[in-house]
Amino acid sequence: MMIERRPVLDFFTHVILLAGVVVIAFPVYLAFIASTQSAEQIASSHPLSLLPGNHVLDTYRLALFGGKTYGGATIAAGWPMMWVSLVVALTITIGKIAISLLSAFAIVYFRFPFKGAVFWMIFITLMLPVEVRIGPTYEVISNLGMLNSYAGLTVPLIASATATFLFRQFFLTVPDELVEAARIDGAGPMRFFFDVLLPLSKTSMAALFVIQFIYGWNQYLWPLMVTTSEDMYPIVLGIKRAIFGEVYIEWNVVMATAILAMLPPALVVILMQKWFVKGLVDTEK
Amino acid sequence: MAAITFNNVIKRYGKGKHELQVIHGVNAEISDGEFIVIVGPSGCGKSTLLRMVAGLEEISGGDIAIGNRVVNTLEPAERDIAMVFQNYALYPHMSVFDNMAYGLKIAKVPKDEIRARVAKAAAILELGPFLERKPRQLSGGQRQRVAMGRAIVRQPQVFLFDEPLSNLDAKLRAQTRLEIQKLHRELGITSLFVTHDQVEAMTLAQRMIVMNAGQMEQFGTPEEVYHRPASTFVASFIGSPPMNLLSTAPHVKTGTILGIRPEHLQIVPQPADTGWTVQVEAVEMLGAERLLYTRLDSEQLIVRVNEEQDLAPAIGARLHVVPQPDRLHWFDEATGKRL
Repeated sequence: MMIERRPVLDFFTHVILLAGVVVIAFPVYLAFIASTQSAEQIASSHPLSLLPGNHVLDTYRLALFGGKTYGGATIAAGWPMMWVSLVVALTITIGKIAISLLSAFAIVYFRFPFKGAVFWMIFITLMLPVEVRIGPTYEVISNLGMLNSYAGLTVPLIASATATFLFRQFFLTVPDELVEAARIDGAGPMRFFFDVLLPLSKTSMAALFVIQFIYGWNQYLWPLMVTTSEDMYPIVLGIKRAIFGEVYIEWNVVMATAILAMLPPALVVILMQKWFVKGLVDTEK
Repeated sequence: MAAITFNNVIKRYGKGKHELQVIHGVNAEISDGEFIVIVGPSGCGKSTLLRMVAGLEEISGGDIAIGNRVVNTLEPAERDIAMVFQNYALYPHMSVFDNMAYGLKIAKVPKDEIRARVAKAAAILELGPFLERKPRQLSGGQRQRVAMGRAIVRQPQVFLFDEPLSNLDAKLRAQTRLEIQKLHRELGITSLFVTHDQVEAMTLAQRMIVMNAGQMEQFGTPEEVYHRPASTFVASFIGSPPMNLLSTAPHVKTGTILGIRPEHLQIVPQPADTGWTVQVEAVEMLGAERLLYTRLDSEQLIVRVNEEQDLAPAIGARLHVVPQPDRLHWFDEATGKRL
């Protein structure tokens, strides 16, 4: 059903949209404002001033490179944590995409015993998120001596039923004749995978990249379990540490760290937006 | 170029209780350079037969030889064939050039030769200006030509066509039919062409295989198939409108079926000893000719008359028709085979 264009209706749609923007954007704005003020300003003003303060450079320098605050608290440098986060997020993302592409390829294009059972086993793990299986997973990683390592941070998160399922659904839409044409052209299975399936999956891969990068970047519980050494903390843990670690909370630095932690995922979304949308809506066949 | 031999070829799907046999022992010898059309209604096994030659379906029994080599266990790429698919199956992300060159690249043909072969095929098919385009930027007819180009550049022993014209509109189909004929004359490559369209079959075939329910009903030139159909199935499948088949009309012995094509019936002013009296039920005007749908007791009889000679009879009118005596076909009623 088409909805008519009417001024009153237009007005209400805009009100609703604006309300949505405010609800989502205001906390971000507040965090940014807090990060531009000094700790004293935040502590002394109730409610918080909504205008930017003049301590931007100081706060962000502290958040990124660490040091002593005026209040005497020690702040850990943020950039090494961001580096850890970046490596972890990229490893998880690329690993997930690679593994899922291969397993979907196996499930769709090969005949092997218990194929259906294998697919359902992968599919059922969808219902077991990290949090549910965190105990046994920790046990395994710990016994393998992978605590406090990039491997420990990433490997358990790489297997992905969601991505496997997504690629499986995409592969099922690729016409059989394409496979047959490739066979006649003499392309073996891996050649077909790299020359035909991968290029066709580009948009799906881009969409998954965005989703999984954010997923990897925002990991909190798992890093909390497997890291004890500070140089393996991702930035999300860094925020938590800034809040609970000191006697006196430097809210401005906490907020600056939060803003910094938000930037890479936001950048990924902005830069990949076109591809992301394409991957979700159209299937180029 | 090569001959193709089918030796008691059988195709079965499933196992045990669920076993389903779809091809029941096809035997045929196709000579080097022949253009063979396999025609039949949907589900008769014609595509399956073609796909067995291509190597896309396993051969459950008997064997298929290309040249003097039995190809049963060979991969499609090793059979030295090229195939044109119904929906063309072009690689959507590759340019027209890459689509045609892909098989050669895999076969590690030198780059210069790939370029030369693709250029030659593109010239034959008038695809020169489109080499850099992607398939989605081409019209249906152009895509079809790219699919043919991909087959040509391989310089195969055998061309396989799986209903390649069915996605084209009527005008383009007629034009492409002529192009395929021309191509076959120029290249002289043994070709197997599958279609359900009897007009395509009649116009393209040097010899045609008529299939029904997994059986080869007849294998012969279009003339033989049209003028001497081997069974009632072929008689009714080839020709439009189909051949009249009478089993209870006067002059037809019990246990036999008489076949007579609509154009081999003549309207006469007086009842004749060898003819029948029929009642007109419907008239179709086709331009140069008219089709009279008439009733002969419980059976239908279609009469094709020249538009200029005969005035259209009124619906319900009684007509006297006689068949041309040398154009009668007799079939066994039990087996449907020609007597």
